[in-house]
Amino acid sequence: MRLELVKRKEHSQMMALLSPLIAVGLTALAAAIIFSITSHNPLIGLYKFFIEPLTQQWSLEATIDKATPLILIGCGLAVCYLSNNWNIGAEGQFVIGALFGSILPVLFPEFENGATLPLMLIFGAVGGALWALIPALLKTRFNTNEILTSLMLVYVAGLMLDYLVRGPWRDPGGYNFPESRIFSDAATLPEVFGGTMSMSAPITVIVAIVLAVVLAKTLKGFEIRVMGESPRAGSFAGFSAKGLTLFSFALAGAFAGLAGTMEVSGSLNQLLPSISPGYGFTAIIVAFLGRLNPIGIIIAGFVLALSYIGGEGVQSAMGVSNEIASVIQGLLLFFVLACDTLILYRIRMVSRRVPAGEASHV
Amino acid sequence: MFEAVLLTVITAATPLLIAAIGELVVERSGVLNLGVEGMMIMGAVIGFAIANQTGSGTLGVVAAIVAGMAMSALFGFLVLVLVTNQVATGLALTILGIGLSGMIGEAYIGVPGLDLPQLYIPGLSEIPFIGPVFFQQDAIVYMSFALVAIVAYGLFRTRVGLVLRAVGDNHGSAHALGYSVIKIRFAAVLFGGACAGLAGAYMSLAYTPQWVENMTAGRGWIALALVVFSSWLPLRVVVGAYLFGAVSVLNLHAQAVELDIPSQLLSSLPYLATILVLVLISANRRLTLVNTPACLGKPFVPDR
Repeated sequence: MRLELVKRKEHSQMMALLSPLIAVGLTALAAAIIFSITSHNPLIGLYKFFIEPLTQQWSLEATIDKATPLILIGCGLAVCYLSNNWNIGAEGQFVIGALFGSILPVLFPEFENGATLPLMLIFGAVGGALWALIPALLKTRFNTNEILTSLMLVYVAGLMLDYLVRGPWRDPGGYNFPESRIFSDAATLPEVFGGTMSMSAPITVIVAIVLAVVLAKTLKGFEIRVMGESPRAGSFAGFSAKGLTLFSFALAGAFAGLAGTMEVSGSLNQLLPSISPGYGFTAIIVAFLGRLNPIGIIIAGFVLALSYIGGEGVQSAMGVSNEIASVIQGLLLFFVLACDTLILYRIRMVSRRVPAGEASHV
Repeated sequence: MFEAVLLTVITAATPLLIAAIGELVVERSGVLNLGVEGMMIMGAVIGFAIANQTGSGTLGVVAAIVAGMAMSALFGFLVLVLVTNQVATGLALTILGIGLSGMIGEAYIGVPGLDLPQLYIPGLSEIPFIGPVFFQQDAIVYMSFALVAIVAYGLFRTRVGLVLRAVGDNHGSAHALGYSVIKIRFAAVLFGGACAGLAGAYMSLAYTPQWVENMTAGRGWIALALVVFSSWLPLRVVVGAYLFGAVSVLNLHAQAVELDIPSQLLSSLPYLATILVLVLISANRRLTLVNTPACLGKPFVPDR
């Protein structure tokens, strides 16, 4: 017996909807197996990981808090991946965005008025976009592989943040702890819905919906999809591959930078040596699980955010390593990619004895 | 003094060299496996764990190789059998490897490790200067020398190498000639996994004989960049790996002479150097186009 792929005549619409669900199901199954191997009750584990975070208000809010940056970054990455630009450096763009967004509250703490927050958000988006434009420009100008350069810049961004919070940006009244001064109220994103959630969640949902409309209904959206699927056809339509590379990287960087600024302004309230539990990398999974569609990405962002909260949950309740969250995230991406094969191909088990030539006529 | 510096360069270069040589073979067969970092970190943690459990460094190294191959088999199944996107699947492999290694390694944080013994090659190790630097090393360093020689010879002087390159350059023609493109690619992917696992074992059993979470710190990615730098030629990988080894030990030696440079800047040098080198190499279109495997990263579904 072996597996054989048979190409479908056209994309399976049903599988396009089903494949993320199948992938999540298979991931839950794999998670249950991991719980069993590490001698924990798989049912309790699955409940604590995937369900319990949704049952209490505080954990639901924490999930939304984690989902927000994932969704915002994932939306930007989707534009890159749709147009065949492999930006995997969102983690660095998030950090640099946070640094740019922190310029006002850290260096000019006395600048406190209604313009502070809007300016911070703009700075953050610009910072992220500039950082993302480095690999994009190297790609368009020198034909350099953007996967490797965007990733290398993640490490550089992390070291830059580390340098600033331990050196020039360290809080002068902070007893030498490696952290910046605490942001003033004027530099803090206000809370919404009477809870502890900051304004970042509604901002993110609005951005995602606008992007969904742009992708589905505008010429720019058409350009992004055409250039991804068939750059040659796109060039006949007068679209510029280089222009789109710069555009998609700048957009993804701006989204990641905005997410970074909202994270430090809305959640952390200061800069720390590490400000992200890998949002930029997890957002890659979010983008694929959401089928590179902003509305899908909103749902996928929640699923992946659950893995952070659920990971902490199983650690405190069952003593399972919270690294299980990243294991499950990695498995999920594998299953998503494998299930996507079902959209383009039917999979058939073929017996060895049937001659290959005849099998294809069945 | 110079001798001591050179020794640290070799230790820093060896994991890069081994991982890059493996990935070079993978890419020559037309497959882009971005999961080197994930396979390497799994090699590091499994190598450490098994060496720690059994007290045998050799068993640790073997286990690390097997771990790297197992990871690459997962990648190979998805990319070659299910024809998934190679870039995304490689990323998934890295994310999974980092998570899995963190989970397995949690029990080994702070546990003293096992240092692979230095093996003195009789005769050669007594040559002044060259001997102490190159021939008083541990077994994995010698294996890296052998790997380079085998791959350089095998790729360009043997039939197996010819077929491998043919599959990477034109999978349609290779398939029409009756070669099993998928089997050959799978073998190459497994070889790459074995090398990455071995490179990981070097990290946790020789370079710093302990387990630290995320200890490969991007070396798998630098190895990928080295393959581009080498324009897919094994001997140039050696040059690249030793150059990068030199850049990455700058930090260590700059601290010794008390230069007034932020340590973070020195730590970011290998990453910045990688970018610089990639730019210089890819700006030269002719050099890259001549040697790039023509089918690199392209999916292949046999037409039956």
